[in-house]
Amino acid sequence: MIYSLCLLLILIGLYGVIVSRQTLKIVVSLLIMNHGVHLMLLLVGYRKNGSPPIVDPGTTIADFAAGAVDPLPQAMVLTSIVIGLGVLALMVALCVRLYERYGTFDVTEIRRLRG
Amino acid sequence: MIEVLALLILLTVIAAIITVLTSNLLHAVISVGAVGFLLAIVYLFLSAPDVAIVQIGVEVVSLVILIRATLGREVQKLKTVHAVVGVSFAVAFVAVIGLFGIQVFNAFPQFGIPVMQRFADAPSLVYLQSGLAETGAPNLVTAVLLDFRAWDTLGEATVLFCAALGAVAILRRNARINTDKNKEESS
Repeated sequence: MIYSLCLLLILIGLYGVIVSRQTLKIVVSLLIMNHGVHLMLLLVGYRKNGSPPIVDPGTTIADFAAGAVDPLPQAMVLTSIVIGLGVLALMVALCVRLYERYGTFDVTEIRRLRG
Repeated sequence: MIEVLALLILLTVIAAIITVLTSNLLHAVISVGAVGFLLAIVYLFLSAPDVAIVQIGVEVVSLVILIRATLGREVQKLKTVHAVVGVSFAVAFVAVIGLFGIQVFNAFPQFGIPVMQRFADAPSLVYLQSGLAETGAPNLVTAVLLDFRAWDTLGEATVLFCAALGAVAILRRNARINTDKNKEESS
């Protein structure tokens, strides 16, 4: 059930990318898809009632390894979130330049070439 | 526990639906912020405190960027001419992708059983068992990021640097005009 909600999040983002006519709205929809993929990766690594992957001084390593969630997807998602921020800044910069040149965010009006 | 998780993700989905369906750009930006912050809480429930912290920080910065790009521009009633043909095509396309997605998600292990338990030699198990002894870092996420997979982090820094450089290059004004003037003055 949780996986299907996560899939729904990705599909909503995809729908927004297809239907939207404003460039910024397409960027925002891509952001939602990004969030959905991150959520999926973390859900795959989740252990039921698992503890965070931080070693407690009181516990033994064997107990810890049997009860902690998967640290690898967390590290990769951490990387991906930061990269998403950089890509978002790049996309917004493109949208802002397009707005300055054409006076609109509407992709149907950004047609004519201006050398 | 799982019910709370499902409820939070459901709220996230509702915020995402509002984002996609609203016609006001500022409303869309604010509700995507709601999506991000709700996801940070979801990450806390998924035992991922590091990811939650980074998510909150990144979400603040990206909201600042998006609101700065939206304010003062054409945010009022944008004409949303939802052509019936276009929307139905989009719904059909999303439905097809969704069918494939359901197939993929059915192949996943049951929720609550991590993928690493399927393989005896999964790298995650190695990290969990020998991470503290090999790196000395109690937080295994940082151990993976900065020690086991430090090359990935270097690549991430490279991508981030290139993206920031690209954004600066795109947003820079009058650069070419100034150089042209300089050339004219010098010649």
